Amino acid sequence: MAVRRLAPEHLQPKEFSFTAENLAWAQNEIKKYPPGRQQSAVISLLWRAQEQCGGWLPQKAIEAVAAMLGMAKIRVLEVATFYTMFLLSPVGRKAHIQVCGTTPCVLRGAEELFKVCHHRIHEEPFHVSADGDFSWEEVECLGACVNAPMVLIGHDTFEDLTAETFEKVIDGYAKGSPPKPGPQIDRHFSAPVGGPTTLTDPSLYAKKPSAGEPQQPAVADDDAKKPGAAANVHEAPIPKPPAADSSRA
Amino acid sequence: MAKLIVDGKEIDVPPEYTLLQACEAAGAEIPRFCFHERLSIAGNCRMCLVELVGSPKPVASCAWGVRDCRPGPKGEPPQVRTRTPMVRKAHEGVMEFLLINHPLDCPICDQGGECDLQDQTMAYGVDASRFRENKRAVEDKYIGALVKTSMNRCIQCTRCVRFATEVAGVPELGAINRGEDMEITTYLETAMTSELQGNVVDLCPVGALTSKPYAFAARPWELAKTESVDVMDALGSAIRVDTRGREVMRILPRVNEDVNEEWISDKTRHVVDGLRTQRLDQPYLREGTRLRPASWSEAFAAIAAKVGAVPRQRIGAIAGDLATVEELFALKDLMTRLEVKNIDCRQDGSPALPAWGRATYTFNATVAGIENADALLIVGSNPRRESVVLNARIRKRWRAGQFPIGLIGEQADLTYAYEYLGAGPDTLAEIASGRHPFAERLKQAQHPIILVGQAALSRPDGKAIAALAARTAVELGAVKEGWNGFSVLHTVASRVGGLDLGLVPGEGGMAAPDMAAPGALDVLFLLGADEIDVAPGAFVVYIGTHGDRGAHRADVILPGAAYTEKTGLTVNTEGRVQLINRAGFPPGNAREDWAILRALSDQLGTRLPYDSLNQLRAALFKAHPALARLDVVEPSDAGDIRRLADLSAGAVDRAPFRSPITDFYLTNPIARASAIMAECSALARRAAPAIAAE
Repeated sequence: MAVRRLAPEHLQPKEFSFTAENLAWAQNEIKKYPPGRQQSAVISLLWRAQEQCGGWLPQKAIEAVAAMLGMAKIRVLEVATFYTMFLLSPVGRKAHIQVCGTTPCVLRGAEELFKVCHHRIHEEPFHVSADGDFSWEEVECLGACVNAPMVLIGHDTFEDLTAETFEKVIDGYAKGSPPKPGPQIDRHFSAPVGGPTTLTDPSLYAKKPSAGEPQQPAVADDDAKKPGAAANVHEAPIPKPPAADSSRA
Repeated sequence: MAKLIVDGKEIDVPPEYTLLQACEAAGAEIPRFCFHERLSIAGNCRMCLVELVGSPKPVASCAWGVRDCRPGPKGEPPQVRTRTPMVRKAHEGVMEFLLINHPLDCPICDQGGECDLQDQTMAYGVDASRFRENKRAVEDKYIGALVKTSMNRCIQCTRCVRFATEVAGVPELGAINRGEDMEITTYLETAMTSELQGNVVDLCPVGALTSKPYAFAARPWELAKTESVDVMDALGSAIRVDTRGREVMRILPRVNEDVNEEWISDKTRHVVDGLRTQRLDQPYLREGTRLRPASWSEAFAAIAAKVGAVPRQRIGAIAGDLATVEELFALKDLMTRLEVKNIDCRQDGSPALPAWGRATYTFNATVAGIENADALLIVGSNPRRESVVLNARIRKRWRAGQFPIGLIGEQADLTYAYEYLGAGPDTLAEIASGRHPFAERLKQAQHPIILVGQAALSRPDGKAIAALAARTAVELGAVKEGWNGFSVLHTVASRVGGLDLGLVPGEGGMAAPDMAAPGALDVLFLLGADEIDVAPGAFVVYIGTHGDRGAHRADVILPGAAYTEKTGLTVNTEGRVQLINRAGFPPGNAREDWAILRALSDQLGTRLPYDSLNQLRAALFKAHPALARLDVVEPSDAGDIRRLADLSAGAVDRAPFRSPITDFYLTNPIARASAIMAECSALARRAAPAIAAE
């Protein structure tokens, strides 16, 4: 943690307003809360503003959100400076790379990734590279320790990295064709490297006669995520999702 | 009531009490930093830890309710211990944490000697530090002209943040960043705009927020403390004047639950440097276009010569805004003896008359009574500018909910939400007749207040508007058995006292604006009256303290004493008589005003029959026994309001109400002499150009 300040004035855009689409989304977000409690939408609005601004929050965006929610500007600034996922200074145009620096990742070689960041992007975190395309920061646990070391870029994680594969990821972003997210080695999500090591006996998956419908084993992830027959028995009707929830759209 | 055992002593306390309050009720001392009676509970300093029997950990007593405690296994009352080794250790631990990052700069810290952290470290801390690491460094912030910051010292109790948000109603302070890096600041270090911001200095338990004008000026133990009363507005806030030698070093609030709780406005607090500059310290006589220093006898001789040469009806006297009751009485007495009828204490042209009865010109609901009110109609007033601390009381009531507020007059940010009803008398008439929807809300209320400001009264048709407002109060049930909601908010400290004494024109006499008109008078006495422009022609005798408007116009200047330099009575807008105590002596040859009038009367051949302040008071109390009853509000006579309501007072002008106070910081000669007030005024103008332009 370090003291976080808004970006200096020459980096700040002169104005900010939500795009029509984001504005409609934001108004829907505000409507989720009872009247007088619209401040509760502050984090989601700030987040949307950050996405609209290319990954960071300018001063004008903070003020615009404050005005929209009827909050004092200092109250929104408090939120924006409290949560470190709100970035207060400009980030790389193509990617802002968040490198996990927590123990499992460091044990598995995150320091090599930092070295890559140092020479490919900038010596210091939160600084934009010379070409303006990249920036990086060290973050706390990104939650996939089994795939350590890893980085988070935008909504995608890249796991099981080495210095070389990390460079390839950066190259990919530089060229505009990033590699497939997920493990960057021969591995299916967090499954063992090189394929399964247990439950490999094919007879386990042979068709077994059963009382009712013959049960197929889950062979693909998509199947495995579907609930089995027993789980599909509902005593009460399944609640419908709220119709006006536009955030799912 | 809930039973509780505190340190072996069984007590009964209301169940909504916190443990901290319960412990205090039982006589136990609980140290605290973040807890403050008048602010919301934060529970973040952890200094108030106590042992709650049955709880495995110590609990923060400020944030733990009595009703949250569980009884013992056999149904015995919950037990709290405040002096066990566990509590002692908890206090030591918390103190040690707080001091990790607190700089050891007490010798150069302005809070030294009156610092909660210092005192509690002595009482609850450990003797030595175990920390060798570097301390956290925090940038100092600019948060305005009055509050100096030294943010290394901040222990993040957030009292200042809560005060600004809750009491002042101007949410400008906040805590940015988090954890060790948490910092208190305003938004991008802009200046605070609250007129109550000086109070955060008192609230700060450490030296992080200190008074900028008072920086490095004195140590608390060098100062002589005098309990007194403020005269900057008509509220009469309780203050403590701290002096070193004959110089006033600072002014702090005192607790008076009935008036100011424990807040004072920035003008009250920081007018101090105005008491030192522009002072009149000897008599002056005008010779040609210049004023030359003169002796008292020369000055008196000049006045006596002039007064002796003109007819009585060509003499007048106007009393100023800061005068005490004693000198008003002496002035009135002198003028009566000189058979002068032209006397007035209402520079702004207010129509209020003692003859209407006292209830017609006082704040009958009382300041503390605002908290019992359930509806408020503000007529021609901007309480935030005219009486900041009273405005904070209205805000306090508004925060409690179920308090409709309507405003007729100039629209402004009053720090609470109100319904804007209209700009002038038309709207008031509509409400009085019951046609306006807001009238219904007032009618439904049990204890409505009709707050009438000077914007409504100080105008040529003020009498008619006063009658209209009284009619509104009577019609809508604000005046009834056990409740009188007709409340006049004055803007100046001397007004109610002046009206009580009858400083209004006698039969055939002229009121203040007429006296100031060209050719009206030959001799005019101004007792600290600086808010009125006296036309050329009259021979003006100015008795006052500062080289301000009155002194510039004067032909003879008699130097008087400011409110910290004399003992006297003052009556606030509620009609509460309070005592101002002398904290120092007037500069140079200046004298107390009543003594000047007494000496002058001798020269004019009508010697006033009192040689000391005590004799004067005896005469005063004989004539006005009510003024002898200090610190109480006499019950008002509701009949006065009814009679005022029935008064046929002429036509009402439809012009909108205009507040008489355009600049909160510069309302009297002392404030105008103060560089600090000038700076605040400039900051306020810059912060709110839109409002200023209205």
